Amino acid sequence: MVMTAEPDVPQETSSCFARFSDVQKSYDGETLVVKGFNLEVRRGEFVTLLGPSGSGKTTCLMMMAGFETPTHGEILLDGIPINKLPPHKRGIGMVFQNYALFPHMSVAENLAFPLEVRGMSKEEITSKVANALDMVRLGEFGDRRPGQLSGGQQQRVALARALVFEPELVLMDEPLGALDKNLREEMQFEIKRIHQRLGVTMLYVTHDQTEALTMSDRIAVFNDGIVQQLATPEALYEAPENAFVAYFIGENNRLNGVVSRLDGGEAYCTVTLDGGEEVKALPVAIKAMGERTQLSLRPERVRLLAEESSDAPLPDNVFTAEVKEVIYLGDHLRTRVAVCGSEEFIIKTPNADGYPVLKPGQSLKVGWDAQDCRALDA
Amino acid sequence: MSDSSVPATSGPEGLTTADGVPLKQSLNRAVRRSRLKALLLVAPLLIFIGLAFVMPIFDMLSRSVDNPEVSTYLPRTSESLTHWDGEGLPDEAAYAALAQDLAAGLKARNLGRVASRLNYEMSGMRSLFTKSARKAGRMEPPFKEALIKADKDWQDPDIWRLIKRESGLYTASYYLAAIDRQFSPTGEIVEKPEYLQIHVVLFIRTFWMSAVITGLALLLAYPVAWLLATLPAGRGNLLMILVLLPFWTSLLVRTTTWIAILQQQGVLNDMLVGVGLIAEEARIQMIYNKTGTIIAMTHILLPFMILPLYSVMKTIPPSYMHAARSLGAGPVTAFRRVYFPQTLPGIGAGSILVFILSIAITSRRHWWVGSPVASLPTSSPTTCRPRSIGGWQRPLARFCWSW
Ligand SMILES: Nc1ncnc2c1ncn2[C@@H]1O[C@H](COP(=O)(O)OP(=O)(O)O)[C@@H](O)[C@H]1O
Ligand SMILES: [Mg+2]
Repeated sequence: MVMTAEPDVPQETSSCFARFSDVQKSYDGETLVVKGFNLEVRRGEFVTLLGPSGSGKTTCLMMMAGFETPTHGEILLDGIPINKLPPHKRGIGMVFQNYALFPHMSVAENLAFPLEVRGMSKEEITSKVANALDMVRLGEFGDRRPGQLSGGQQQRVALARALVFEPELVLMDEPLGALDKNLREEMQFEIKRIHQRLGVTMLYVTHDQTEALTMSDRIAVFNDGIVQQLATPEALYEAPENAFVAYFIGENNRLNGVVSRLDGGEAYCTVTLDGGEEVKALPVAIKAMGERTQLSLRPERVRLLAEESSDAPLPDNVFTAEVKEVIYLGDHLRTRVAVCGSEEFIIKTPNADGYPVLKPGQSLKVGWDAQDCRALDA
Repeated sequence: MSDSSVPATSGPEGLTTADGVPLKQSLNRAVRRSRLKALLLVAPLLIFIGLAFVMPIFDMLSRSVDNPEVSTYLPRTSESLTHWDGEGLPDEAAYAALAQDLAAGLKARNLGRVASRLNYEMSGMRSLFTKSARKAGRMEPPFKEALIKADKDWQDPDIWRLIKRESGLYTASYYLAAIDRQFSPTGEIVEKPEYLQIHVVLFIRTFWMSAVITGLALLLAYPVAWLLATLPAGRGNLLMILVLLPFWTSLLVRTTTWIAILQQQGVLNDMLVGVGLIAEEARIQMIYNKTGTIIAMTHILLPFMILPLYSVMKTIPPSYMHAARSLGAGPVTAFRRVYFPQTLPGIGAGSILVFILSIAITSRRHWWVGSPVASLPTSSPTTCRPRSIGGWQRPLARFCWSW
């Protein structure tokens, strides 16, 4: 996870490099694929658009690249509206999901292409291509055809090609989707390394939350045509602002109920669950008493309470749970319990000394603090 | 696991399996069955191709050089001419053999075949043979004088050379005739007299027309194929049906329609006159000439260009063009450097298909049917009708017919 110093502090507009301003897009004139999309990407930043498949991420990227026109709204690059600018004049590098390496050209010719169309001299092209190949550690592969490279190598060529003409903004549309797990992790690191070295602004699209959390400075969680939350990876995980973000990022226990006490003076509210239990929670997305809410609780924030230990202070909420299933995952154990009317309540405990070994059917006390339990929109 | 993981052991004669059988041998045994199955599956097609394609081709090729007449029907003459050096006149033995052959041929009623065969090569041979044969039965030695008395052409060494040349079982003269060449009396390959030359001209014209048709078809097909490959499925299918429409229409209907459109009193001329582009007296002749042939054939052959192009374009994802554009190439450069090169296999396949087909069709018209669409030089003495198939036409006509 990469963290910038104070990313959430609003910065002066001059540092905003690429900007979607209230962008809407419809393909068929009946439904809006993108509704009121607002996003500001600062210069040199790595911003990820994270959202489920079909949520309109590619559409947004295509509008930035100039292959789709927004139905409404404005896209600005360095403060200049680019809605009317054809793709080849935008100077935006792009990495496609299927790489889109030209199959009839060698790797070096692929890299030389953007330089040739810019009318650079032969020597300049040769040296830039060599540098770019070295950067992605494919120095000896210049003469090969893309078809003769492995998936990871093709990916790196695509990356080098998008960077070789030194664009200020690089777009990537699920570039690692076709790679296996190990290669994907290696490439995540590689992309991050290159980003830090070149200081280029990157707008990255993925549906893989791990990828987004590992690489991004900021993540825009995208669903239903709008940005649900734009924040650093840490903030997204620790403090999701709505039920979708909580559900989409990481694992998450959900409890449904109605707000029964909400006092402006107090930090916490009380929620009466549908089963009648009362839970103290942190009000995040609720405004009034009587409102329906969904409580979101990370599995690793639930504590198992041994009967006899009374030295540690009890958490704000304590309930009796029945163990349904224990899954051994090596470094940690996932325990599924029935509590507060939910049969799918997950508890994560480290596989280490000091944690009880649970058996299905066993009954025990579990608890969590009110501040870890976020009351979100229903 | 247990079977497949038995290691191959290295014996004195290479690798062996666990039970001592050489690895190669046991592998062969293992694949033999699947090979046999594969062979059985393709057998019907193999037999069909053999009977319907390979054998006729062999037959056709052998007939184009086949030359049995002289050696079969003039056996003694052929035999005695083998020792002749071709200088001056052959000896008495050859004349005697010829007289015998003529008499025998007259009786067996097969002299006509050899006479016609030799008549292809030199006119007057038929009458020479018929005339001499009638007298051959009553000839007395010395046969040389007797034959020359019967017809003084027998003292022409060229005739003897011709008989000797054609007494072989194979001949190149059909092929020579196909390229407007012939054997001179002395056996050299020379051009035919100018007024008999037509085939090379027709060859060139056929190739040229086919090239023009191929080029036109490519120009017309490329955008259509591109549309087909990029349109959404619904409209794409409709367009595809339109493209395939010529296949659904009979040749007769198509041809008649083109005549109706292109003839001097036809639709197109009417329209041109109607809008005042051309004068009533200056209606353009667009059919029964090259123009008509090119228009009609381009139309007929267009699907053969569109389909290969379409199948190649269908496999080119739009992301290639997007990539090219995002890398800074304008639409034209992106097309020229990225899209077009990737369609070359389709262009190649389509062009070869159209070119071959149009050669087949035009040549069949030129040589086989003598159709009004073909443009034979009217002054040519050669009539191109099936009746006159023979000589040079044999190999070529067979060749064309095989399409
Ligand atoms: N060219 C197009 N024409 C019509 N609909 C499209 C087109 N491209 C995408 N869509 C629709 O827009 C929605 C969003 O697609 P997309 O932007 O590709 O989503 P994502 O990249 O997040 O998976 C989908 O429902 C898809 O069906
Ligand atoms: Mg997508």
